Amino acid sequence: MRKNLNVIAAYSIMMVLILMVGIFQSWNIALSIFNLCLISAVMTMGANIQWGYAGLINFGIMGYTALGGLAAVLISVDPVQEAWRAGGFDILMALWLIVVMVLVIRFILKRFEKSKIRTYSIAAIIISGILLIRFSAEPGIEAIEAVDPAKTGFLGGFGLPIVFSWIVGALFAGGLAFIVGKVALGLRADYLAIATLLISEIVIAIIKHEDWLTRGVKNVIGLKRPAPYEVDLQTTDWFIRLVEKFNSGKLSVIENLADRQAALNQLVIEGSSVFVKLCYSGLFLVVVIILLILTQKALYSPWGRMMRAIRDNEEAANAMGKNVVKQHLLIFILGSAIVGIAGAMLVTQDGLFTPGSYRPMRYTFLIWVMVIVGGSGNNFGAILGGFVVWFLWIEAAPISLFLINFFTAGIPETNALKAHLIESVPYFRFLLMGLGLLFIMRYRPKGILPEKIEIK
Amino acid sequence: MDFLNAIILLLNYIFIPALTYGSQLALGAIFVTLIYGILRFANFATGDMMSFGTMATILFTWYFQSLGVSLGVLPTALLAIPFGIIFMILYMLLIDKFVFKYYRYQKSPPVQFAMVSIGVMFVTQAVVRIIIGPSDRRFFDGEKFIIKAREFKEMTGLNEGLALKSTQVITIFVTIVLVSLLFWFLNRTKTGKSMKAYSDNEDLALLSGIDPKKIVLVTWVIAGILATIGGALYGLDKSFKPFTYFNNMLPIFAAAIVGGIGNPFGAFLGGYVIAFSEILLTYAYKKFFIYVLPESMEPEGLVQLLSTDYKFAVSFSILVIVLLYRPSGIFKGKVL
Repeated sequence: MRKNLNVIAAYSIMMVLILMVGIFQSWNIALSIFNLCLISAVMTMGANIQWGYAGLINFGIMGYTALGGLAAVLISVDPVQEAWRAGGFDILMALWLIVVMVLVIRFILKRFEKSKIRTYSIAAIIISGILLIRFSAEPGIEAIEAVDPAKTGFLGGFGLPIVFSWIVGALFAGGLAFIVGKVALGLRADYLAIATLLISEIVIAIIKHEDWLTRGVKNVIGLKRPAPYEVDLQTTDWFIRLVEKFNSGKLSVIENLADRQAALNQLVIEGSSVFVKLCYSGLFLVVVIILLILTQKALYSPWGRMMRAIRDNEEAANAMGKNVVKQHLLIFILGSAIVGIAGAMLVTQDGLFTPGSYRPMRYTFLIWVMVIVGGSGNNFGAILGGFVVWFLWIEAAPISLFLINFFTAGIPETNALKAHLIESVPYFRFLLMGLGLLFIMRYRPKGILPEKIEIK
Repeated sequence: MDFLNAIILLLNYIFIPALTYGSQLALGAIFVTLIYGILRFANFATGDMMSFGTMATILFTWYFQSLGVSLGVLPTALLAIPFGIIFMILYMLLIDKFVFKYYRYQKSPPVQFAMVSIGVMFVTQAVVRIIIGPSDRRFFDGEKFIIKAREFKEMTGLNEGLALKSTQVITIFVTIVLVSLLFWFLNRTKTGKSMKAYSDNEDLALLSGIDPKKIVLVTWVIAGILATIGGALYGLDKSFKPFTYFNNMLPIFAAAIVGGIGNPFGAFLGGYVIAFSEILLTYAYKKFFIYVLPESMEPEGLVQLLSTDYKFAVSFSILVIVLLYRPSGIFKGKVL
């Protein structure tokens, strides 16, 4: 109990802050912050597994998040039969060609010794393969994209409940991580950072521009929900009675019956969106807790000890007979898969998939700030980092507006500098994040909740 | 005649734009490579530092414009660049003093430096957006074209026009002058040589009496010059938008690594490698083939290898390939 005091204190402060937002701003805002905090926490856990456990730097978080989101689309959207009829065959052919190409390359790699000729022939196969696939799939892609482009214009998905996509998102992200890991994990730390960053940009470019699969920048909206819809709730009897019961004190004060009904209607509308958000919170909380239990178990298992050994001294671990390359690849896949879950959760919550919104600032660098600020190597720290940083990211604007008004209280509203500052309030969040990161790196380099190794 | 038309077409749509874009990338890439070679970290604030320098230049341009000062046919920004450079260098030195210096003395690993530079990136981004705002700004004035496409057609009687923007000529000219000066400085002067020595082997350099403080100072000064000029030229040629500058960091990194990070000459060429491959692979060659091939063989489609959407992806793929097969870059830089 005593030694976990700082963890408990940090989490209580965080909860109080969110409750304060609920009391002073609105419960709606508080809950949407809380939900995104939970999603951020999942992402941070993924990054933390890679960085904190194994010292692998992955700046490609954005790419895995987007793949998770893509999984949500592909699982939940109903299949577009017409598009399948129009171009499904061509697409399947192209997929088959890709598989053949990969198998041929694998065969060459296995069969022949490393030589210049082998490298060139592989390059030739890849280039001719890409050209072949492009030309064979082109008519199919065009046909698919021509199917009612305003509404569909893509193949659609499998029409399954969206919650399944959380698992599939993990698989997608893990699959990508396998490829990236095979390619890039041999690089030195900062090269790995750059390479993963650039690969994630390639992933985003593909998601943005392959309209037949993802609808690209036309976005996919109105995804299925695991939670009830507000509109349905507002007409459900038990929900109205629940709201009435909750607010009976407030309602009984109102004398006029018509006024009371109007007030109740208002409360029901507000209550319905809070209720929906609470449903999401519950779902996300379950994921966070499951992941937390698993990651904690892993951290204190012999496997976790081995990972730390590899992180702290690669050569020594290697000399002890640990397969560093294999373990690095494994942990890279695991961490990325967790990020993929978070990506699917994010799209589930928003109910829409917008490839244009994936930007490295928000989905890679901000997550890294969370990991560093929270405390790398410590799962509780990582989750806390997700909460603190996301909370500040959202509340930075009101806070800085308050500060600007406070410090320029004596200056009239018409002052050009004051007006300019107030206009640029949204950008103070970058300043806050940057300064926060720099201060933590300098004065508490292990984060708010530092890594703590207990020998059990 | 058709053959000439084809050449003009390629010149107009591929060669000149790629040369311009490559020059802008090259300046940024040399900046990255210098910081990497001498201060030993991958600077993730590269794009935002360039946008800071450009912002200072724009502010001075506006000031000069309000005073009525202009360079006639040349853009006023050229006059403002030196002042922008001064502000950029001051900002960099400030950042170095309060942020990077501590980690340099601690001899922190490069990863920690990279993380710190992300903090700097956030702060710089905020500063730029707070001062000048996030919107798209054009600050070009003066004569826009040296040769207009229509005039060229009338002059030569060809079907294809060749448009030469003054910003393109300025970019290429300034880059050549700046890069030659830089290489002269690095290879011929004592300070330049000591910088190279410091980059090669820090301990040996310190033993032979090279002052590290001076090296760091000179590095930031050169970096400031490169960042501001590279950024301002890009802004003149296209437009200034902080977000675009942040994104430009990626092809710049690609150029620096492709050329062999730590090697300024490699970075210089790397910029052109990236620019040319981006444009060559995403250009639609249909018109070119119509000119070159006999009528019976005219292509039906656009004859485009990749759609222009994948412009960035091209340079990144090149980088990944280079990292895989020749991790030290085309021209040998620091060994990984």
